[in-house]
Amino acid sequence: MIASPKPDLVTVNIDGKEIAVPKGTNVIEAARLLNVDVPHYCYHPKLSVVGNCRMCLIEMGMPAVDPATKAPIMDPATGKQKINWIPRPQIGCGTNVSPGLHVKTLSPMVKDAREGVMEFLLINHPLDCPICDQAGECKLQEQSTGYGRGYSRFIEQKNVKPKRTQLGPRVTLDDERCILCSRCIRFSKEVAKDDVLGFIDRGSYSTLTCYPGKELKNNYSLNTVDICPVGALTSTDFRFKMRVWFLKQTNSIDTETSTGANTVVWSREGVIYRITPRRNDEVNDTWMADSGRVLYKQVQAADRVSAVKVGGADSALDIAVNAAAELFKAGSVAIVGSGRSSVEEQLLTKQLATALKASTHLVSRVGEGDKLLVSADRNPNVRGALVTGLIAALPSAKLTDLAAAIDAGKIKTIVSVGEDLTAAGLTAAQLAKVAIVYLGTHANATSAAAKVVLPTLTVFEKSGTFVNQQFRIQKFLKAIPGAAGATDDLVVLAKLVSAATGTLVSGDLSTVWKVLSAAVPALGPVTFANLPETGLLLDSTPFAALPFVEGETLHYKPAAPAAAATA
Amino acid sequence: MPAPEQRRIIFQHIDEPGYSNDIGCYVRNGGYEVLKKAVTRKPEELIDEVKKSGLRGRGGAGFPCGVKWGLVDRKSGKPIYLIVNADESEPGTFKDRYIIHQDPHQLIEGTMISCFANNVKQAYIYIRGEMPHGARILEQALAEARAAGFVGKNICGSTYSCDIFVHRGAGAYICGEETGLIESLEGKRANPRIKPPYFPAVLGLYQCPTIVNNVETLCHVKFIAEHGGAEYAKIGTPNNTGTRIFCVSGHVQRPGYYEFPAGTITLGQLLNEVCGGPLPGRKFKAVIPGGSSAKILRFGERFKGKRKVGADMVDYDWGVEDVPMDFDSLGMIGTMGGSGGVIVMDDSVNMVEALANINAFYSHESCGQCTPCREGSLWMKKITTRMVHGNARAEDAALLKGVADQIPGRTICAFGEACSWPTQSFLAKFGDEFKAYPETKKTKAAGTTALV
Repeated sequence: MIASPKPDLVTVNIDGKEIAVPKGTNVIEAARLLNVDVPHYCYHPKLSVVGNCRMCLIEMGMPAVDPATKAPIMDPATGKQKINWIPRPQIGCGTNVSPGLHVKTLSPMVKDAREGVMEFLLINHPLDCPICDQAGECKLQEQSTGYGRGYSRFIEQKNVKPKRTQLGPRVTLDDERCILCSRCIRFSKEVAKDDVLGFIDRGSYSTLTCYPGKELKNNYSLNTVDICPVGALTSTDFRFKMRVWFLKQTNSIDTETSTGANTVVWSREGVIYRITPRRNDEVNDTWMADSGRVLYKQVQAADRVSAVKVGGADSALDIAVNAAAELFKAGSVAIVGSGRSSVEEQLLTKQLATALKASTHLVSRVGEGDKLLVSADRNPNVRGALVTGLIAALPSAKLTDLAAAIDAGKIKTIVSVGEDLTAAGLTAAQLAKVAIVYLGTHANATSAAAKVVLPTLTVFEKSGTFVNQQFRIQKFLKAIPGAAGATDDLVVLAKLVSAATGTLVSGDLSTVWKVLSAAVPALGPVTFANLPETGLLLDSTPFAALPFVEGETLHYKPAAPAAAATA
Repeated sequence: MPAPEQRRIIFQHIDEPGYSNDIGCYVRNGGYEVLKKAVTRKPEELIDEVKKSGLRGRGGAGFPCGVKWGLVDRKSGKPIYLIVNADESEPGTFKDRYIIHQDPHQLIEGTMISCFANNVKQAYIYIRGEMPHGARILEQALAEARAAGFVGKNICGSTYSCDIFVHRGAGAYICGEETGLIESLEGKRANPRIKPPYFPAVLGLYQCPTIVNNVETLCHVKFIAEHGGAEYAKIGTPNNTGTRIFCVSGHVQRPGYYEFPAGTITLGQLLNEVCGGPLPGRKFKAVIPGGSSAKILRFGERFKGKRKVGADMVDYDWGVEDVPMDFDSLGMIGTMGGSGGVIVMDDSVNMVEALANINAFYSHESCGQCTPCREGSLWMKKITTRMVHGNARAEDAALLKGVADQIPGRTICAFGEACSWPTQSFLAKFGDEFKAYPETKKTKAAGTTALV
């Protein structure tokens, strides 16, 4: 592979500190690298620049050169090249670096400009922070504290605008709080490709609204809530539920597809209140689908499996594991693993299969990709199953092989790791012919038919890793304690492996990782603890020939056909 | 010193008895002869003539037309568009409307010459939304010109083709800002674009290089193409060449339009001699010399400094009446020539009430993009409205200035200046009147017309 050319670096001076940044970087991003905050509202790194909020005004200058000779003009006082400062403040978002650019972010001119903009932004703002969901993560609050004057000179009537417009099924708008930054409009147009938002009316009476007859209902609508710098756009689901400063943030991964969007799970006292995207420029930028944000509701779903059962009667974990071990002794075991299990769970599932000389199966889930963050593969971790050797070929949607084997009487016991076998194509009659050991979180036809039911945890209640469509291994962390009656999947699987092999196997995550890094050379010295938050790309070449189902999505292009690759 | 004679080169036929706006009348008066000759010349030659002429744009900013044309990106391979800015909206300005209504073919001829000079294949006349009659006249005139072979395919029998479309504006002042105009022409809200990167000369209409010229400017181009740039430069004064049309409104005996060589007439001559002076029993109090956004002048104030005359710097000590009416002199004394709208106020006017009117206009016309202009213009309006409705406070004067000072230079387009300069200058020149307004209001008889 040819090394990518080193990007052209440009040296700029910000508040007296020099830094070399790639060409095309704007002043806000360059300053960020120096830990210099340039406050802003309308600018967003993943959206086009409009420069309308005027909060990022900075003082800017270029080194002076003699117009005739192009020789630098020196300042005798400092012995350095003189800087020609522009008398008007410039926007940091719309100003790209150029060699020798000098920036002041703390000068009186900049301070005055920021105070002016802050005052203007607040005069018609309702200042209803005590009942506003954005309070605590509001840029208006932060920046008026940081850069505002601290008092108001405004004694006129504030503008009145609609307070609770339903823009769509999931987004509620408070127009009085809106500062007209247009981030949501640009997001809808540029990223979601659903250009339904816009301003009507003029000047300070400008009002954000939906195009007549349309709704903000695309599957990315809640990103507008995330990027809204104020409390104008709120999530109808999260609205008035919880103050954000009470919430604990836990890094997680969206499990709905193989995209593996990075997320943050916000919880308090064991209850999840919302899920928001976490920036990963290689995977999901700063976005995630709306559909992934409601997955936390499965934690407290009514059909959650909460009791260990043997033969339909409540039991205890060790008794149930022994009951499963009894079933294993008869041989002829098949294991249905899952593309929803973590890599670590798949590794133990594979160990169980090896110990039992069982055939392994996986259930494929394929839907339509949306070319953005919902990929065609609705399992988050099929590639994990490949990497751990649980499967060697891509799964199919229906367990036809397994069905045939059952019909032929070759199978006595099926271990299902969270999969509903009827949904995967087995009939009730087929299930009745075998004994089922079901590990899972929610009740279904399989759990109802199972001899042994072992309740396990949702993704929010445990830690682990997934391998996404790019073969990027990414970790998710335990946000809340496990539900009563449920046990960590790894512990259950380890107990089953121990029972099957007769030797004690640990279900502890770090111990499993020792086995994992030995089995997956690409991981090398990486441990679960030091796996980067943005993930680690694994070697995908051993699987290059497999016909993966994903089409193009954000930051992912399907591998070119072999012929093209060699050309 | 008596006022010089008017020299009408653009308004030659305006209000001329028997002159009509059809092509027959225009051709009888020598129309389209310049275009016929122009298409046989080299385009570069025409651009050079415009550069030599020193013509400065008549839309308000006074940017040199030749320089504007020189900035156009001609290497991109993209088509070059020309837009006629006929969105004449600055209060106090009514010159372009006369041209459109009474001499539309002069504009069309000037536009076609400019298009030919710049290799433009498609031009648009963006006419103010509130001028439907003007739009109909232009459509009619274009149809006539097209039929006569002056617009459209193979102009005047040459290989050059260029069409002109009339586009009616969206009814907002900001549609006259050139990048706002371009957005509006593209079918969007007229939100002015950030510059950089969207300089019209490089990334204008449909992201193609674009020239936006005022109606009057293009008529001057026709004159320049006819008589040559050097000849044009002899009219007026150096750096302020050609004629200027002054639209005088307000408290004078004879308001109206007057065309003079730029810089040859002083404000005093214009108001006292040409316009007949103040109304009987009244005295001039203030004048806004270049459209309502220009900074106001107070009769009685004096301006001192040095100015360039030829190669020398000479001292000047001017009263308002002594100021020559050209871009540079008006700029020197802290206001601007702008669009030529001269608004005169006599001693019957209360300046707080005058400013309340202006603020009401600008707050209504802010597009709402940039925070300082959007919020500041409405805030100033709310303050002045409150004042004229009887709730004035002595501290409002300082507050108004404080608000206005936070706007100019901090917005995407020049509207920030346009909306704050009136307040800044009214306060600077008539601050006492603002401070005294709470007392004034107590004894003041209610106006016959409702205030804003």
